[in-house]
Amino acid sequence: MQLARVIGTVVATMKNDSLDGRKLLIVQSLNKNLGPQGKPLVAVDAVGAGIGELVFWCRGKEASFPFKREDTPTDCTIVGIVDSEKHVSTSSESLAARYEKQITTDR
Amino acid sequence: MIIARIVGTVVSTQKDERLEGRKLLIVRPINLDGTDTSGYVVAVDTVGAGFHERVLVVAGSSARLAQGMKDVPVDAAVVGVIDTVDVMSPEA
Repeated sequence: MQLARVIGTVVATMKNDSLDGRKLLIVQSLNKNLGPQGKPLVAVDAVGAGIGELVFWCRGKEASFPFKREDTPTDCTIVGIVDSEKHVSTSSESLAARYEKQITTDR
Repeated sequence: MIIARIVGTVVSTQKDERLEGRKLLIVRPINLDGTDTSGYVVAVDTVGAGFHERVLVVAGSSARLAQGMKDVPVDAAVVGVIDTVDVMSPEA
C-alpha cells in the first residue's frame, strides 16, 4: 500500500458497466516527508475520501477486493483515510520517542 | 488506473480465440495536463472509445475483471472515456 494525497477528481460518463457508481479520484503518491513522488494515478474510492485528504491506496488485483462481488476492474483503490498528518511517522526513533512521551503523560 | 490517449488501432487476424471480436487500441499514457509521456500500450476496448479520446486504462490482472473480459487473456483494458479531470492547485 502507498501513502498518497487526493489531488483531484475524474468524471467519465461512458465507462465499463462494472465501474458504474464508483467515485474516481486522482491520487499523488507521497514520500516520507509527505512531498509528491512519482506520477499521479486515477484510483477508485472505497472509503469515501475527498480532495486534499491523506489516504493510502492498494495496487494490483488486490485493489478490486473491496468490491469483490461486483468484480470491479481497478488496479488502484483507496482503502483508507489517514486521520491526520500528525499520525504519519517515518523514523522508528520518533515513534519510540512518541511512545515514551505517551507513557509519561499517562503516569 | 492511468489516463491515456488513444493514438491508434491494431488489427490482428490470427489471435487467441477469446480475443475474437475485441477492438485493440494503441494508447499513450498522458500527464494530467494532457502532455504525452513515454511509451505505448496495446489495450482492449470495453467501452467503445474513439481515436484521440482521453480514456482510463486499467492494467494487470484487474483488466480481466471488466465486464465481458472474463477469462480473456489481457493485461490492459480501456474501461472509461474521460469527460473531465479536475486537479486542485498545488498551493491549495
